Amino acid sequence: MIPTPDLSHLTAADYEHVYEPAEDTFILLDALEQDADELREVKPRVCLEIGSGSGCVSSFVGAILGNSCLYLSTDINPFAASCTQRTARQNKRTIDPIVASLAGPLRTRLHRNIDLLIFNPPYVPTHDEEAYSAQSTADLAGAWAGGASGMQITDVLLNDLDNLLSPTGRFYLVAVKQNDVPGIQKRMEEFGFRSEVSDMALQILD
Amino acid sequence: MVRLITHNLLACHAKGCTTNNFPLRLQDAAVELRDAEFNAEFVRGFLPRLEWKALVGAARELGDKSLPEEMPEMVDEEFLQKLHHVLLEIHIDEGAMVCPNCGHVYPIANGIPNMLLAEHEIA
Repeated sequence: MIPTPDLSHLTAADYEHVYEPAEDTFILLDALEQDADELREVKPRVCLEIGSGSGCVSSFVGAILGNSCLYLSTDINPFAASCTQRTARQNKRTIDPIVASLAGPLRTRLHRNIDLLIFNPPYVPTHDEEAYSAQSTADLAGAWAGGASGMQITDVLLNDLDNLLSPTGRFYLVAVKQNDVPGIQKRMEEFGFRSEVSDMALQILD
Repeated sequence: MVRLITHNLLACHAKGCTTNNFPLRLQDAAVELRDAEFNAEFVRGFLPRLEWKALVGAARELGDKSLPEEMPEMVDEEFLQKLHHVLLEIHIDEGAMVCPNCGHVYPIANGIPNMLLAEHEIA
């Protein structure tokens, strides 16, 4: 049993600007925990979490893989990047947060070099305009407003996946029904990736 | 935190800036040293992913001359210890990173680099 990261340093005032870990976060943690042995066996050297928010997920992965891996994170919200750093320190982990959109400035040097990629994206279906303005203002709404089918931001990353993942790379993505999960899986297969829906998510859906 | 391992992985990503956009030049860097637990396997495993000249250059800019100009053929424990220190224990808390090609300035505040681009700069 890997303990949920200590978030007691984050207050209600922090959660006005950064996404508070919720059910989707915990399903992601459960899925990672279920795969913990497999993950340790692959020996990831580079882990990148996109949209790290509070830093809860990367700190949790840190508890699984320890100091055998470099933990990078990006978030377009500078406040979130700072929360990620505080959460890492609170849990005696080391994460290197970067204020950036998606994999942005890491794309060239980490071309096909990311061993573990994690994204809990803004997946809530909204008007495209709402998702667009949420990303430009880089505040809390950017964590959930996902545009048409909730896939506006995720689509950009999916199309780039082949440039990012290492030969043994793994990608964890949070999605909801409205995002068309079978459609996402079909696209993954077209790119040459194997995909599966975590039992953890299925239990909730059932 | 901007450590030299992270600096070694960041390139300018402004629109149209695709050559000579790495490594980013360090500017007014305020540096602090913080101990990190040594993991020989991690450091060794990371070697093939490093741009060696960029790493040595950045370390020297910050006054650390412990690494050789060329990556040594013999990787022993002593070398890995030195590399561990340069990669993981030198933290740039304040300052900026500047693109050698287009001159874009990426500020570093409280150890976090801001790599966001203005809308017209996004590729």
